[in-house]
Amino acid sequence: MNMDEKMERMRGAEDILGIAADWLAAGETVAIATVIQSWGSSPRPAGSRMVLTKTGKMEGSVSGGCIEGAVADAALDVMNSGVSQVLEYGVTDETAWAVGLACGGRVSVLVEALT
Amino acid sequence: MIHADLLRLRHAAAARQPVAYAVRLANGAAFVLPDPAAPAGLAQAAATALAADRTGIVEIDGESWFIEARNPAPRLVVVGAVHIAQALAPLAVAAGFDVTVIDPRTGFAAPERFPGVRIDTAWPDEALAALQPDARTAIVTLTHDPKLDDPALISALHSAAFYIGALGSTRTHARRLERLRDAGFDDAACARIAAPVGLDIGARTAPEIAISVIAEVIGARRGKRRERST
Repeated sequence: MNMDEKMERMRGAEDILGIAADWLAAGETVAIATVIQSWGSSPRPAGSRMVLTKTGKMEGSVSGGCIEGAVADAALDVMNSGVSQVLEYGVTDETAWAVGLACGGRVSVLVEALT
Repeated sequence: MIHADLLRLRHAAAARQPVAYAVRLANGAAFVLPDPAAPAGLAQAAATALAADRTGIVEIDGESWFIEARNPAPRLVVVGAVHIAQALAPLAVAAGFDVTVIDPRTGFAAPERFPGVRIDTAWPDEALAALQPDARTAIVTLTHDPKLDDPALISALHSAAFYIGALGSTRTHARRLERLRDAGFDDAACARIAAPVGLDIGARTAPEIAISVIAEVIGARRGKRRERST
């Protein structure tokens, strides 16, 4: 079995980076958001990923669905500037309630452009 | 993330090589480790993260790094290319397991019955000897045939597999345990076998049984082992 077949075979639901690679190969502008730390009842552990394109495609997750919209907005900035960002969402942050991290957890998300 | 790093991460996963992805949060500088060009402190922190299978933020020489431990996927070895195995394999792949189905009966172990899954038609003990199950491996026997299940279970009990499950009723399992005791396994060894396999959710159909099995395997992986009364 060669490496391409192995990479195809291993593609489970969690092969988010494989999706990002496919999008990049198709000419899309791609950003990768990664949970780098989470506390409390935040549902997704560190290492969880969401990948996005400038055209609005989205796969994976960095929360239970509460902050994905806000992360997508930040990802647009990152795709335009090429500069990574670390985003913080949590109960101590008033803005977190605005984007709805109602579970009471806290989460830090690194957003990188795929270049 | 640069494309070359993404490729390295995916190739490492396919080749079952442990690697760490590290990003300096102050400026986005990234490494895929091991990397001889990485600072010594980072190399040490990456090795520690991989050994502990821990992903998170680490302070190194006054700087914050995100270090992601990317150890090889856990494996699920299914003995018996039966109907339940057909339901179980895709669930296990979706849950992140690297799946191998073993069955020397080539009529069962037909590739078209298991798209995208590795199939081994060697005898179960030989196939398991080649796979070298480790502490990140789960083994489930589904053939219902002692000629196939018993050699697989004997191999499994000699391994460090984190989960060993065997399909079959309580009565079938009692007879199986007699054979294993005759083969020299003590009570502690026999107690490693989860049987009847799977969480007791009243499963009846093949997909239901597959769900109960993968649920129990996930529980064992995450440290929620169910004690059985024997």
